[in-house]
Amino acid sequence: MNKNLRVKSSEYIDETNRISFKFNGKTYHGFKGDTLASALLANDVHLVGRSFKYHRPRGIMTSGSEEPNAIVQVNPGTNRTEPNVRATEVEIYEGLEASSQNCWPSVEFDIGGINNFLSPFFPAGFYYKTFMWPASFWEKYEFFIRHSAGLGKSPTTTDPDIYDHRNVHCDVLVVGAGISGIMAAKNAAKNNFKTLLVEEKNELGGSTIYENNEFNKIDNKAPSEWLKKEIEELKNIKNLEIKTRTSVAAYHQYNYLLARENLTDHLEAKDKTNKIRQRLLKIRAKKVILATGALERPLIFNNNDRPGIMLSSAIKKYSEFYGVACGSKNVFFTNNDSAYESAISLFNKGINVEAIIDIREQSESKIIKKVKEAGIKIYWSHSIVDTTGYKRLNSISIMKLSNDGTSVTGSKISISCDCLGVAGGWTPAVHLYTQSGNKLKFDDEKKVFLPNQNTSEQISVGSCGGDFKIDEIIKNLNQKLKDTLNIKETDLDNIKVEIDQENSKRNIWLLPSDKPLGKTKPFVDYQNDATAKDIKLALREGFRSIEHVKRYTTTGMGTDQGKLGNMHALGIIADTAGVKMGELGTTTFRPPYTPLTFGTIVGRNVGKFFDIFRRTPMNDWHVENKAEFENVGQWKRAWYYPINGETMHQAVQRESKAARESAGILDASTLGKIDIQGSDASEFLNRVYTNAWSKLAIGKCRYGLMLNEDGMVYDDGVTTRLGENHYLMTTTTGGAANVLGKLEDYLQTEWPELDVYLTSVTDHYATASLCGPNSKKIIKKIVPDLDLSDESFPHMSFKEAKIGNIQCRIMRISFTGEHSYEINVQASYGKDLWEKCIEAGKEFNITPYGTETMHLLRAEKGFIIVGQDTDGTMTPIDLQMDWIVSKKKYDFIGKRSLYRSDTMREDRKQLVGLLTDDPNIVLEEGAQIVSELNQSPVEMLGHVTSSYFSPNLKKSIALAVVRGGKDMMGKKLFVPMENKNINVTVANPVFYDEKNERLNA
Amino acid sequence: MFLINCPYCGERDQQEFKAGGEAHIERPKQPTELSDDEWAEYLFMRKNIKGVQFERWNHAHGCRKWFNMVRDTSNDEIKAIYKMGEKPPAQ
Ligand SMILES: [Zn+2]
Repeated sequence: MNKNLRVKSSEYIDETNRISFKFNGKTYHGFKGDTLASALLANDVHLVGRSFKYHRPRGIMTSGSEEPNAIVQVNPGTNRTEPNVRATEVEIYEGLEASSQNCWPSVEFDIGGINNFLSPFFPAGFYYKTFMWPASFWEKYEFFIRHSAGLGKSPTTTDPDIYDHRNVHCDVLVVGAGISGIMAAKNAAKNNFKTLLVEEKNELGGSTIYENNEFNKIDNKAPSEWLKKEIEELKNIKNLEIKTRTSVAAYHQYNYLLARENLTDHLEAKDKTNKIRQRLLKIRAKKVILATGALERPLIFNNNDRPGIMLSSAIKKYSEFYGVACGSKNVFFTNNDSAYESAISLFNKGINVEAIIDIREQSESKIIKKVKEAGIKIYWSHSIVDTTGYKRLNSISIMKLSNDGTSVTGSKISISCDCLGVAGGWTPAVHLYTQSGNKLKFDDEKKVFLPNQNTSEQISVGSCGGDFKIDEIIKNLNQKLKDTLNIKETDLDNIKVEIDQENSKRNIWLLPSDKPLGKTKPFVDYQNDATAKDIKLALREGFRSIEHVKRYTTTGMGTDQGKLGNMHALGIIADTAGVKMGELGTTTFRPPYTPLTFGTIVGRNVGKFFDIFRRTPMNDWHVENKAEFENVGQWKRAWYYPINGETMHQAVQRESKAARESAGILDASTLGKIDIQGSDASEFLNRVYTNAWSKLAIGKCRYGLMLNEDGMVYDDGVTTRLGENHYLMTTTTGGAANVLGKLEDYLQTEWPELDVYLTSVTDHYATASLCGPNSKKIIKKIVPDLDLSDESFPHMSFKEAKIGNIQCRIMRISFTGEHSYEINVQASYGKDLWEKCIEAGKEFNITPYGTETMHLLRAEKGFIIVGQDTDGTMTPIDLQMDWIVSKKKYDFIGKRSLYRSDTMREDRKQLVGLLTDDPNIVLEEGAQIVSELNQSPVEMLGHVTSSYFSPNLKKSIALAVVRGGKDMMGKKLFVPMENKNINVTVANPVFYDEKNERLNA
Repeated sequence: MFLINCPYCGERDQQEFKAGGEAHIERPKQPTELSDDEWAEYLFMRKNIKGVQFERWNHAHGCRKWFNMVRDTSNDEIKAIYKMGEKPPAQ
């Protein structure tokens, strides 16, 4: 039988709506409004997981996103499963399943638990020291680690949910809807600021909403009652948008914040379908008001991690908000007044409180008197020295603290209990503040790190700004709002606050035990099992920087980023090393504040929207004709067109032969096209290309090579002079955008005096490239009126023509060495043009070919492809293209660099042809080239850049870059491969038709 | 993610822009007159200051215009933005 620990119907729990869910395979019941944590506690389940290193049983510690222990796998085995979810944040719904994560084979019996008994052998840095050596043992360690240290399981099937991104702009963003956040948002919106209030929980009001301390009053009402009225009024305020279940993950510069809005995680499976699950809000706010509150600190004492040991504030929330008693025999352990509020909260609900252990000598507030009147025993100046109970706390031992707080004296008292509430003071949640790039300062009196500054763009209010008492909160919030929003009056001006809150606190970072430290387990980081002992060991081993200690001990490196224990780690380091906390600084709080799902991060950019892709106007024809495609930059280009089950090799051999023997056609629409106009267009081309352009006649085309200023080849292509002041430049497919950017850069910043205008027209034109000895006959059929004679329309010239009613530009240029034409039409006519060419070419067996055949054909001619045969380290001289570098021009981009001592070296890598001694062996692209086989280490001379079997030459051909290759013609070299050495001979890179006779064939 | 005030378009998100390195490095008018060292100085040497730095930026996914920015690299504060050809603001 499960114990029922419901204490009173809470207004936030709907007891008429009973919900069943499964945890670790067992069915439990809770109510609408419960979290997984509150429902489990109501069923008296504390043990929910195992710790990471020692596999110690761990229970629910908190009621919020700072939870280190209750980390569960939600809906295991389904396509909606999610690891590393905090049970304190999961709202239960009918059919929810969850399981413990960090245990194997089960949470009740865990093999890794043996680590706990071996813990003397698992000190700080254990993983670094042990698993790194010997290296060959890693596989064995890995098996052990992977099985025993569960970090949850990622889903193995496609995520069924939809995710979304949204850009949000607002005047004021308020993060956190506790009392400060609500009042800030209300006053901002009332003063005409477009305001967004986000809250990570599903309800507004923070901890004040269940604050029933009878000694605190706002306008003569209980704070909870007063705040409920304020929340009710928010509905009527314009300019205010409220988003609950929305947590800010990151706060970047210039008030750019990322928040995750959770829309369906709390719904039953049937209600999740076809809805957006989570939305990433990309918020740009003019002003940000951080009201993120504070996290309660635990206390660090021996065996402080047993299931049943919780934060005092969490016990209060479970009782007041969820109506759940966390134990039937409760004890509190504290260094300040707040545990007394929790104790009274339980007492008022009839839940047994055995005692309060207080490390202070005494305190005199009304709430303490009330505790005394209630007959609850208070042990002043006492500390817990040990606890017992393996899977659930069953007793604590306490002893008197010495005056200096470093040791314990007297006799040991044992108190039997099943729940211990720990109250170590409060840590302002400054994570988002520091993410925004601002610095913290340490407040020695309050023992907290606080925001160092409030600016006109950002303020921290409430307890995240260091104000813990309601009167201070309201007073300081009021002033900060007036300053930052530049307003004169607020709703807070006339509020009357009566309070009984004492800030008296005794701070001891590490509480002593009667046992030596080495025999105790005072946990500082629960998730990563780092103890005070580990931190001290790290200091003894010489670590000083807080960032190093963190990595060595793994303190603060779990999914909770050490939200609970970081301050104690710093305190222990400061005490041990004898430095001030302010000087020590903190570790960096990195985004995200709480983990994000991958779905939220990628949003809609999944599947076919994962990356942008571009298709040519002829794409449908390629698809219909069963082309295989390859990605070139963002383009989907036809790669080859297999017929009758051909392999790629077979298809490419067929296409390559056809293009040289009769006619081939290539979709060249992807080539970059830049329209250049202006009275200085010719001068501009002179400056950006290596060769001369002034004398290019209208109607002629010229190949150009473009360098970077360092002299290295950047891009190439043919440019046509369309008119006196009008050129059309083509670039490589992948380089188009960068070339345009580079040209714009020079025009705008170096040569603003030039009258030149650049326009990208890549997408405006479709291009069909016809080549082969019969290409002329096909063009003749399509454009019968055009004079195609070599006199009227020679190689490297251009003509305007009409195909039917379609205006087109025809360039007679060639990338294959064959007689060729490139026909450009408006993009929308591209497919029509293509089909006309295919139809007209039928009698000549016109063969469509893809990029692979194009590469093969140009390699036969020794034409380079920028980016394949070059890699940003090749000059035109290295490519043996001296002919294209003008000696007469005074200057062009990169010219001066061609005369640097390094670029003039004779032993640079130079482009050569390679022929294999066995003509049937095709080299692998990227293969290394050497001249000696029996050298060690062997000297690499270069590598193969392009390699094909040429069907037209009936042998293997390759291009390569080889050190000093220019002078190696005919030299024998080797290409060593895994199983053999291939003998090769350096050759002229032009393998086919060296005299270019076929251009006019 | 910066919010950058393009002098032609107004405030836009950083993802529309491309950084272009140190500003006010003029391409030599007569490169052939320069020694290897002088040319290398222009070609390769760039400052990387912790503090106030003069930079070139391009509104690449907007108006495509280049402009200058004064930025404190220690806290990413944008101190000034001005057009190409304009004089940098007095410090
Ligand atoms: Zn712009």
